Amino acid sequence: MKNLLISCFVLLLWAGCNDAARQETAANDPASPGAGQSAVKDDTSQPDVVRVAVNSPEHTTLVAALKAAEYVDALSNAGPFTVFAPINAAFDKLPAGTVESLLKPESKDALRNILEYHVFVGVIKEEQVKDGMTLNQVNLENITLNKQGDKITVNGSNVLGVVKASNGIVYVIDAVLTPPAQ
Amino acid sequence: MNKITTRVSVLLALAGVLACQPKGPASVTTGDAASKVYVAPGQYDEFYNIVSGGFNGQIGVYGIPSGRLFRILPVFSVSPENGYGYSEETKPMLNTSHGFVPWDDLHHIALSTTKGEHDGRWAFANGNNTPRVARVSFESFRTEEILEIPNSGGNHSSPFITENTEYLVAGTRFSIPMANKDVAIDSYKENFKGSISFIKVDQTNGRMNIAFQLRTPGFNYDLSRAGKGVSHGWFFFSCYNTEQAHTLLEVNASQRDKDFIMAINWKKAEEYIAQGKGRVEKAKYAHNVYDEKTHMATTTMKDEVVVLDIKEFPDIAYFIPCPKSPHGCDVDPSGEYIVGSGKLAAMMPVFSFSKLQNAIANKEYDGDFDGIPVIKYEAALHGEVKKPGLGPLHTEFDANGNAYTSFFVSSEIVKWNVKTLEVLDRVPTYYSIGHLSVPGGPTSKPHGKYVIAYNKITKDRYLPTGPELTQSAQLYDISGDKMQLLLDFPTVGEPHYAESIPASLIRDKSRKIYPIEENANPYAAKGEGQARVERKGNEVHVYMTAIRSHLTPDNIEGVNVGDDVYFHVTNLEQDWDVPHGFAIKGALNAEILIMPGETQTLKWKPLQPGVVPFYCTDFCSALHQEMSGYIRVSAAGVKTPLKFSTGTPE
Repeated sequence: MKNLLISCFVLLLWAGCNDAARQETAANDPASPGAGQSAVKDDTSQPDVVRVAVNSPEHTTLVAALKAAEYVDALSNAGPFTVFAPINAAFDKLPAGTVESLLKPESKDALRNILEYHVFVGVIKEEQVKDGMTLNQVNLENITLNKQGDKITVNGSNVLGVVKASNGIVYVIDAVLTPPAQ
Repeated sequence: MNKITTRVSVLLALAGVLACQPKGPASVTTGDAASKVYVAPGQYDEFYNIVSGGFNGQIGVYGIPSGRLFRILPVFSVSPENGYGYSEETKPMLNTSHGFVPWDDLHHIALSTTKGEHDGRWAFANGNNTPRVARVSFESFRTEEILEIPNSGGNHSSPFITENTEYLVAGTRFSIPMANKDVAIDSYKENFKGSISFIKVDQTNGRMNIAFQLRTPGFNYDLSRAGKGVSHGWFFFSCYNTEQAHTLLEVNASQRDKDFIMAINWKKAEEYIAQGKGRVEKAKYAHNVYDEKTHMATTTMKDEVVVLDIKEFPDIAYFIPCPKSPHGCDVDPSGEYIVGSGKLAAMMPVFSFSKLQNAIANKEYDGDFDGIPVIKYEAALHGEVKKPGLGPLHTEFDANGNAYTSFFVSSEIVKWNVKTLEVLDRVPTYYSIGHLSVPGGPTSKPHGKYVIAYNKITKDRYLPTGPELTQSAQLYDISGDKMQLLLDFPTVGEPHYAESIPASLIRDKSRKIYPIEENANPYAAKGEGQARVERKGNEVHVYMTAIRSHLTPDNIEGVNVGDDVYFHVTNLEQDWDVPHGFAIKGALNAEILIMPGETQTLKWKPLQPGVVPFYCTDFCSALHQEMSGYIRVSAAGVKTPLKFSTGTPE
């Protein structure tokens, strides 16, 4: 009997962590106003910039950083956003311990500043990129785009690919952009 | 066994808490939310919420805290529901220099104030598309006046008002070449200008008149607020696209890290106008007024405006740099602090009126733009709210020195202290808030208590209704230190700005009936003895009365195909909440609703012979279904004698 009850407990715990169950709880429990926009159940619409990153195995570190900064809902917003999305290997190039340190709650402001430096409000398509173009990012600092033929760089780092999203556009890049010292 | 069950239950409860905690900053409504918004049957709401309808061109009237919708007031859009814009009496309300414009995009509300406080006289609203402003009476809850704005490319920064309702403003969102000039679009910098109209309000009857227009640099003028208290006599306008781009503004109008807030000394402008320094320019625009005695609107076409070019009068206008593409530009209750909300910025500057005055006195300028002094940013700055959230849009205030700012991108309301600039609290909104409203929030004496969020994105908040969803408003209690979400309520159209006003300021003066003896409509039949049908060439005028439960006349003959038949229906009732309606089969327009004591006219053109029924559309009595009649239509040229009657013995 005891074993059975414990099994039930484990099963319930698992169900409780399931996204669908959480949605149900949020919708039916009058004490909960619901989760943010990223929790909207919608498998039909074109993915937004967050879901593009979530669906990419190369962006698990970036997604972890967005979660730690509590920016998942903000980037699930209507936008429009141009997001420069460093791949996992880009984070790996940072000095040892940097990512772990940034993901700590006490580093939230520093992490947000870095993430904001990777987002421009507005959509800049590849064909609109001009050599030497600057963009003033969400943290109010500028990045510089360069273009030689079809090759685009951002503050010198390489654009590996471009993905269109419902609420903007994602430039996959091979380095983490470092905001100017404040 | 019992012990084990208990222990497992505790574990289960704990697991539930740990496993299901909502992600992110979602706050939790507490158990007393329902009682805070519950207005018992037969009881009244504490506040009227006067809500812009955005693309429905109308105003919604809601109750707070219940969120119940009371009425939709047609303003810039026709309303087949009651005949606004369809009846002969109301059609002129929608006349413009372009002709009859049956729709507009209504964004902002301004409730009249005296000494900066709500006085419950009128609501003003802007038409964003074909530039217009409207005045709605709080006695009749009807649109009484619409004034077209010439030399404007879209009336967005409007109809914000000065503290005694001396003026309301109408600033152009899109700059354009003045005087309908035909020029190349890429000559924007050379030929395109901004225009800000100052509309004088007659304090006795609310009538509006363009006192003067300021000619300003070619930017986009977004929002504005008048100074009050210490800053009375000034007006502040947010400007974006100071890059002066004319294409792909999404990119090209986001180049500069700072745009401007334009500070206007309107008292000074008023002096120049009084001295005759304004330039009279030709401009065609319509002024439409609804008369409560004749129950009729008339249009007057106007043909000139008085213009002051701010370049030529150096002490009228100043630019204050403001990051980045500022949207909201809000003045605190004291009038000392001006909050700029750069919608792409992650900080908010708060400017000080007294520092601005010192900067002007000491000429602390950072050059000029098109001849207008640019104040040094630091010289006018009270301070910055650091990292308040993403995408600040609008700010309202309470009476305790706090500000409430909406953040679109981070989807939240942030409470902060105006003097210390310290962030005090934040609550998520569902989802992506645009405007917000604190009762009395833009006045010198906020009533506080609540903040209402008008969200831009609804998605999964209500039962789905296909791709087109209702808009979602949310009510928060702000009486404590922490904001508390109380209620979601759906709204019609797409609300932009709204104001909330204590019901006590309006409720007792709401009109119940129109005294029939005061009805001065030339087509009124003020008793059944006056009911008649008259032919004037092709026109047939039916002077009809309506009273429970018959229409007089209800049998009409002698009308021919192709005639213009005018049903002038007078409601003879003198009893609260007994409107009658009138509709006729095949009418190509709408129905009309006629309030007690009022006369309204529906035009009908019969296109085929036969006998056509008409009836009362507003359930008025137990014999409402009997309230009907017939009109006989003969073919063109057939001389059926003109006859009308009610109650002829069978």
